[in-house]
Amino acid sequence: MTSVVAPAGALAFPHLKSPGVRRLVYGVVGLSIMLIIWELGTLLLDLNPATRTFTTFGPGPTFRAFPTLIEDGSIYKAVVASGYRMGFGLFIAIAIGIPIGILMGRSKRFREMSNSPFQLLRMISPLAWMPLAVIVYPEWDQAIIFLIAIASVWPIAFATAAGLAKIDPAWFKVARNLGARATHMLTQVMLPAIAFDVLTGIRLALGVAWIVLVPAELLGVTSGLGYAIKDARETLSYSHLTAMVLVIGVIGYFLDSVCVVLIKRYSWHHRGA
Amino acid sequence: MPVRGVRVEIQDLTHRYSARSPLTFEKVNLEARQGEAIAIIGRSGCGKSTLLHILAGLLRPTSGTVKLDDVLVEKPSPRWVMMFQAPHLFPWMRVSQNVGIGLHFAGWNDTKKHERVAEAIDLVNLQEFAENNVQDLSGGQQQRVALARSLVMEPELLLLDEPFSALDAFTRAAMQRDVRSITKRLGINLVIVTHDIDEAVLMADRALIMAGSPGKIYDELEVDLPDPRERQDPAVQAMRARLMEAFHTAAGTPSPDVAGSNGSDEPELEEGESSKPRIEIAGKSAGIGSRK
Repeated sequence: MTSVVAPAGALAFPHLKSPGVRRLVYGVVGLSIMLIIWELGTLLLDLNPATRTFTTFGPGPTFRAFPTLIEDGSIYKAVVASGYRMGFGLFIAIAIGIPIGILMGRSKRFREMSNSPFQLLRMISPLAWMPLAVIVYPEWDQAIIFLIAIASVWPIAFATAAGLAKIDPAWFKVARNLGARATHMLTQVMLPAIAFDVLTGIRLALGVAWIVLVPAELLGVTSGLGYAIKDARETLSYSHLTAMVLVIGVIGYFLDSVCVVLIKRYSWHHRGA
Repeated sequence: MPVRGVRVEIQDLTHRYSARSPLTFEKVNLEARQGEAIAIIGRSGCGKSTLLHILAGLLRPTSGTVKLDDVLVEKPSPRWVMMFQAPHLFPWMRVSQNVGIGLHFAGWNDTKKHERVAEAIDLVNLQEFAENNVQDLSGGQQQRVALARSLVMEPELLLLDEPFSALDAFTRAAMQRDVRSITKRLGINLVIVTHDIDEAVLMADRALIMAGSPGKIYDELEVDLPDPRERQDPAVQAMRARLMEAFHTAAGTPSPDVAGSNGSDEPELEEGESSKPRIEIAGKSAGIGSRK
C-alpha cells in the first residue's frame, strides 16, 4: 500500500495549486490579519477613556477619510510633490552610483583608494546631512533631493561593483575576439551581466530613499507626503494622518513590487544550467 | 558560407609576459598553406596557448610577426577567430543572439544577420534550439553554439584552444569530426592547440610538437590520412603511434609502446571516460628525428 503525504501548504489550502493564485490569496490573508490587529488596537484604545480620543487612528475613520482626501486633491498633490523629489534624487543617485560602481568593479586601484572614504560616508545617517544641505541649497526641494541622492547612491554603487566582481573575465575576451568595441563591452556585456545586481541595488536605494523622504519633508517644505502628515497632526486630523501613512506604505510597496518585476525580468541567474 | 583560407606565416616569434619574466617561447617559425589544419601539441607550460592568443591578436609578441596573406596580425579581427576551452556564452542571451553577437558588433543589419545566423546554426545542427536560452543546453551543445558563433564571422583562420577537453568522449568525438568536416568544406584554416594526440591525428593535416622552456617547435609530422578518419583505422593508429613517439622524443621522456598497437593503452569511447592518451603517459621510449 502506498501512502501519499501531502505538503503542509497543500493540506492548509488544497486548491491553491497555481503559485500566482496562492501568492494572491496569502497576500490578502496577511493584509486581513494586519487590518484585524489594527482594529483590535483601536478597540483597546476605545476601552480606556484617556485614549478614546485616538480611536480616529483606526481603520474605519482612516478609510472614511480617503474620499475627502481624494476629492480635495490632497493625496494627488502630496504624491506628486514627493514623487518629484524622490524621482529626481533617485535619478541623481543612479547617474552617479552606476559609474562609481563600474569604476570600483573595474579598477583595483580605484576600489582600494575609495573603499575607506565610501564606507565612511555610507555610514553617515542621511538625515545628519540635513543642516548642511539646508545651508548649501537655497531651496528646501533641492536640499531634500540632495538627501535622497546621498542616501541612495551607496547601495547602487556597491551593488554595481559587486555585480562586476562576479563577471566572468572570459566574456570580455570573447567579445574582444569577436570585434567588440568599448561601447559594445558596456552595452552588450557589462550592463546585461550586472543588470540583476544594479536593479537589486536600486531596489535597496528605493527603500532607503522612501524612508529618508518622509522625515525630510517634515521640515521646512509645504508640500509632500511628509508635510501632509505633519499638517494633519497639527490640525488634529488623525484619520487624515493615518490615511497619508497608509498612502506612503502603499506607494512604497508598489514601487518595490515594480523593482521585483524588473529584477525578475532582467535576471539570468535563476535559469537552470 | 564560402570562405577562402589564408596563408599563415609566423616569423621568429618570441614572447615573454614581462621584462623580468622568462621567455614563454622563442624563435617560432611556421608557414601554413591555405585551408590547412595544424595541430600544436605539447605539455602544459610550453607556450602553445600563448602562441594561439598571439595568432588571435589577443596578445602581442615580444618580437617577431604573424601574417595572414601578408596582413600583419596585431589585434583581434573577424578574419581570425578563436574558440576557447569553455564556450563562455553570454547566459542572458538565446542561442541565436549568442551566435549573432559578432555580426552585431560588426554593425550588420537585422535581416542579413538573421540569415547568416540561421546558416551557422544549421551548420552545427542546433536548428531546434535556436530560440532557447543557452543555459538550457548541454555542455556539448553549448560548445556547438560557440563554434557557430565563430563560424558566423566567416573567419579565414579558426583557432581552437583545447576546445573539447571539457566534453564527454562521445560529444568530443562528434565535435572533432564535425569541426574538421565543416572547416574543410568551407576552406577555413585551422590551428588547434591540444594535449590530446588522438585529437591531433583526427583533426589536423600537420602536427607540430612544442616542448621545452622556453618553448620551441621541436618536430612536425604530416598527417596524411583520408577523411573521414576513424579512431580504429589502422592508419590512424599508426599515425598516432608516430606522433606519440615524436612527442616523447621531443620531451625527452620514455615513450609507451604504441607503434602498431590497437590503442589498448587508451580507453575507447566507453562510459564517458576520456578516450585519449594524454601526453603525460609514460612508458617505453622510441626515437624519431627531432629537428630542433
